[in-house]
Amino acid sequence: MNVIQAKEKRPPRPRPIINDDTDFFWNGLKAGKLLIQKCTGCQVLRHPSSPMCPECHSLDWGTIEATGKGVIYSFVIMHHPELPPFDYPNPIGLIELEEGVRIVGGLTGIKPEEIKIGIPVQAEITKFDDDLTLAMFRPVSNKGGN
Amino acid sequence: MTGSISGKAAIAGIGATEFSKESGRSEMCLAAECVLAALEDAGIDPAEVDGIATYTMDNNAEIEVFRNIGGKELKFFSRTHYGGGAACAPVMHAAMAVSAGVANVVICYRAMNERSAYRFGRGVQKGIPDMTAAVSLSWYIPYGLVTPASWAAMTATRYMAEYGAVSEDFGRVSVAARKFASTNPNAWFYEKPITLEDHQNSRLIVEPLHLLDCCMESDGAVAVVVTEAERARDLKQKPVVIRGAAQGSCDDQQMMTSFYRENIAWLSEAALVGNQLYEQAGITPDDINTAIIYDHFTPYVLQQLEAYGFCKEGEAKDFIKDGHIEMGGSLPINTHGGQLGEAYIHGMNGIAEGARQVRGTSANQVEHVEHVLVTAGTGVPTSGLILGTL
Ligand SMILES: [Zn+2]
Repeated sequence: MNVIQAKEKRPPRPRPIINDDTDFFWNGLKAGKLLIQKCTGCQVLRHPSSPMCPECHSLDWGTIEATGKGVIYSFVIMHHPELPPFDYPNPIGLIELEEGVRIVGGLTGIKPEEIKIGIPVQAEITKFDDDLTLAMFRPVSNKGGN
Repeated sequence: MTGSISGKAAIAGIGATEFSKESGRSEMCLAAECVLAALEDAGIDPAEVDGIATYTMDNNAEIEVFRNIGGKELKFFSRTHYGGGAACAPVMHAAMAVSAGVANVVICYRAMNERSAYRFGRGVQKGIPDMTAAVSLSWYIPYGLVTPASWAAMTATRYMAEYGAVSEDFGRVSVAARKFASTNPNAWFYEKPITLEDHQNSRLIVEPLHLLDCCMESDGAVAVVVTEAERARDLKQKPVVIRGAAQGSCDDQQMMTSFYRENIAWLSEAALVGNQLYEQAGITPDDINTAIIYDHFTPYVLQQLEAYGFCKEGEAKDFIKDGHIEMGGSLPINTHGGQLGEAYIHGMNGIAEGARQVRGTSANQVEHVEHVLVTAGTGVPTSGLILGTL
C-alpha cells in the first residue's frame, strides 16, 4: 500500500511501546504493509501478536500482508477528554479484516453519524510523523469524505 | 453441593470514610481510618489483626496500614491483580486464609484519592504500569482509544447491535442507581435523583456512552473485617457469612480490550465466577434476594445480569425495563446507589452494602434477605461473592 502523509500538524500522538513480539507490526506499517502474525506450526493467524501460538504452542511464526479490506465489527466515537494530538469527535473502529482477524484502527473519511457496524472499509496506512505510522480505515463506498 | 470455602468465614465488621471529591488528607490516612472503623464495628482489637488483603491500584502498602493501626504480628498478606475486577478477591483470600488456619482476623481495604489526586477516568495519559499492559495498550493509545470508558464503549456498541439494546436501556440502570442513592445519606448523590431524560441529555463521553453511563470519580475508603464464622457469631454484629467466593478469567482475556473473542458481547469470566458461586453456595440465581452489580459503566450491568443468570443472553434490557432491578422487583440491585450514585470505591463499597443487606441495616433495606450476590469489575478478570445469613 502507499503510505499517506497525515495533513494536520498537531502535537505528536502517543507512541506505541514496542517489544520483540510486536516490532514486525510497527515496522511493517512504516514500510506500507499491514502485517498479521501467522503460526508456522498450524498456519493460524493471530492478532494481537504473541510469542506462542495458543492453538499448537509453536514459537515459530511468520507474517502475511493483509489486503487491508475488512468491515466495521464495532466502533466508538471519542468526545471527552479532548487530547491535543487528536481531532474530536474521534471515531475509532474495531475492524474485522477479510483474513479473519480483528484489529483496532482510526476511522477516516466518514461522518460520525454515518458509521455503522458492517460497513466495508479499506486500510489507509498513514504517516503521522517520522516515528509513527498507523492504520486508518476508510469506507470503500465513500471516496470523498472529510 | 457445597464447596469447601462456603460458610467457613464471615464479614464481622465494615467501615468507611465519607465519600467526597477531595478528602483533604492522604490515602494512607483514609486507609487507616476505614480499617479502624471496621474493627470497631466488629468489636475486634486492632492488635488481633494478623492478615491483610487488598487489590492492585491501591497505593497503600499493607505493612504501613498495619503499622498505623498498631498491628503486632502479620501472618498473611495478599494483593490481587487487575484493579476493580479483583474487588471481591481480597474477601475470598481472607476467607481462604481463615479457613486454612493461617490467619484469624483479616482486613480488606481500598483507599484512594482517585478524584482529587489522579482523575482516574482519564485513562492512559502518563505512564503505563507494567510491560504486558504497555505493549497491549499500544494497539489502542496511538489512535486515542485511551480511557476505560472508551474500551467499555467498544464492547457496548457491539452488544447493542447483537441484542437490539439502545442507550435508554443503559440509562435505566443509571436512573435506578440514582434513585437508591437519593435515599442513602452516605451517597455522594444523596437527594439527587435523575430522570431518563437527564441521562439522554447528559453529554457524550465516548459514543455510545453518555456521562451518566459512567461511574463517578471519588475520594474515599472502605474496609471489611473477615474472621471465622464461628467466632463472628459471638461478636458485636450479626455475622455476614461468606457462602461463595470466586475469581475468574477466561480464554483470550485482555485488560478491558478482549476485542478478539468470537462474541465480545458475552462476559465469559463473569459466567465462570457465577457458576462457581452458585455451586459453592448450593443455590441458584432465583435464590438471590438482592445483588450488587459492579457498575463502572452501565452496559456492563446488562451483560452481568445475563452472565450471572438472572435473565437470558440479550434479555437484560427487558429485565430492567420490567422493573426487576428496583425496590419491589425480583432483584433490586445496587441499593446503596452503586458507583453511579454512592461513590466509586472500586467495589469495596458494594461489598459493605452487601453486608448491610444481610444484617438488615441498609438505607434501602430489601425484605427477607438470605443471599446477596456481589460482583466486581468486568471487562477484566473478575471476582464475586455470595453473602448470606448464618
Ligand atoms: Zn499454531
